[in-house]
Amino acid sequence: MKASLSPFIKTLRKKKFTIMVHLIAWIIAFLWVIPFLGVFMASIRPYKEVQFGWWEGIISFKDEKLVFFPNFHLNLYNFFDAWVGKTSGAPLSKALINSLIVTIPATFIPIGIAALAAYSFARFSFRTKDMLFLVIVLLQTIPQQMVIIPIYTLMDNLGLLNTYIGLILLHSAFGLPWQILFLRNFFSTLPVEVEEAARVDGASYFKIFYRIVLPMSLPALASIIALQFVWVWNDFFFALTMIQNPKMRLATQVIPTIIGRYEKNWSLLSAASILVMILPIAIYAALQRYYVRGITAGAVKG
Amino acid sequence: MLFVFYPIVGTIYMSFLDRKTGNFVGFQNYNYVLFEKVYPLVKAKNIILGKFPMGALTHNVIWIAIHLPLTVFFGLLLAVLLRDVKGGAIIKSIIFLGMIIPMVVGGVLMRFMFDIDAGIVNAVLRFIGLGSFARDWTFFPDTALLSVILGSVWIWTGFCMIVYSAGLQNIPVEIYEAAKIDGASRWKTFWRITVPMLKSTTLVVVTMTVLWELKIFDIVYVATFGGPGGASRVLAFDMYLEAFYSYNYNTASAIAVLLTLLTFGFAAYMVSRMAKS
Repeated sequence: MKASLSPFIKTLRKKKFTIMVHLIAWIIAFLWVIPFLGVFMASIRPYKEVQFGWWEGIISFKDEKLVFFPNFHLNLYNFFDAWVGKTSGAPLSKALINSLIVTIPATFIPIGIAALAAYSFARFSFRTKDMLFLVIVLLQTIPQQMVIIPIYTLMDNLGLLNTYIGLILLHSAFGLPWQILFLRNFFSTLPVEVEEAARVDGASYFKIFYRIVLPMSLPALASIIALQFVWVWNDFFFALTMIQNPKMRLATQVIPTIIGRYEKNWSLLSAASILVMILPIAIYAALQRYYVRGITAGAVKG
Repeated sequence: MLFVFYPIVGTIYMSFLDRKTGNFVGFQNYNYVLFEKVYPLVKAKNIILGKFPMGALTHNVIWIAIHLPLTVFFGLLLAVLLRDVKGGAIIKSIIFLGMIIPMVVGGVLMRFMFDIDAGIVNAVLRFIGLGSFARDWTFFPDTALLSVILGSVWIWTGFCMIVYSAGLQNIPVEIYEAAKIDGASRWKTFWRITVPMLKSTTLVVVTMTVLWELKIFDIVYVATFGGPGGASRVLAFDMYLEAFYSYNYNTASAIAVLLTLLTFGFAAYMVSRMAKS
């Protein structure tokens, strides 16, 4: 009697573990998504609708029937508001452009320098090389707070306080050590034979670097560009201390301003948050493989 | 050099000077920030009473005590689970998003989640009949620190997971196959093979996580601003207030030096352990 049922039950039993694993995994994934879901839902609805929860007014019972979206008004006003700064007085449009003005040079300047430096570390022998790299690794542990006061005073004396140049310089200096370390590790894995062949053909060191090494290093460069861009864009502490002129604020600085003024306007805050985080997320989505590789290479080797 | 070594030396030097006279005062600034100022880094009386604020340094220790085991546990669990799950790569990308967004936005999310009216945490509490616990979690001394710590678990777990995933790839498949032939259970395989093989990865994960926990700043600034009544201050944030609100560069330097001693000392210890194994 049971024979007809048992194969199904047997496979079910065998798969019980797999099913459970899938269930747990997806439940955790759902838990992790909830904050994003909340921000998204709040941002596309008027704040009056979400002040008692972004989930309100989506499903309700009426005359024993399920009613969908009884009180749900889709609008993009919050984004407009955050963009022009109507309620907050701090337009994100300007702040986002400021962030770009800082982030783009602060990404490419140090990487250019780091590539040259890392190449010379990888190909030319220095006596103090190993010492230097231990120093670089330990430098990564220095908190921003440890350097900020002398740098603040220095920038003030140089007239670079409240300028983007000062902030770009600062980010470049802080990016250089780990970028050199990361690129050196990558350059040492490249085959030397190709370069030697080119040298025999009479190519200069610079030409070899520019024509052979850099093109081979595109994956590594993609990793550090993604990491440094997101790091600079997301930075708050350096921006907070270096840029004190309210008109020059960067995107991450505007968020606390909005909180300070309109504490409970979750719709506006959500829209502003989305505008600020959309670029790092886009970069992550586009360069995910390189981004993760950069993080794990730094972590596993460092 | 100009932006790294000069400032480090400068900060150490300043931490030993008097604010007004500029004279050398030994460890007076350290004594002041650790025990004497209005919100000292260590508030022994409140630690004994179990009452917040306990001092920024204590808060950092509490942060590590709660955050480190949770993120390492979840990171390892997710890395192992998602290896065999269909769509695991998608779930990983989603969980890792916490590491991509600005921490300032992370702070906003925490406020939003723990808000009394619009926050989902309180909605869930009401739903399961614990409505009496519903409140603005970030506004009360006894829950402010806890809520930002829990929020930071959400942010950081993705990091642990990604690094563990990379570590798992380095374990040869043959070992698992051999264990299977020997009839080892999943549980036993996990504890006897996976965990020991991941030992060096765990060292890295723990190091990076503790360094991150010690350096926490943005989240606290946005979610609670160290409040209420200093109940969620942490070292990095306390240093900022001391320097840019009280304009006392000397005592702020003392806090910065203490913070750096912790990060640097811990990192050096872990690096030497890694070198051994």
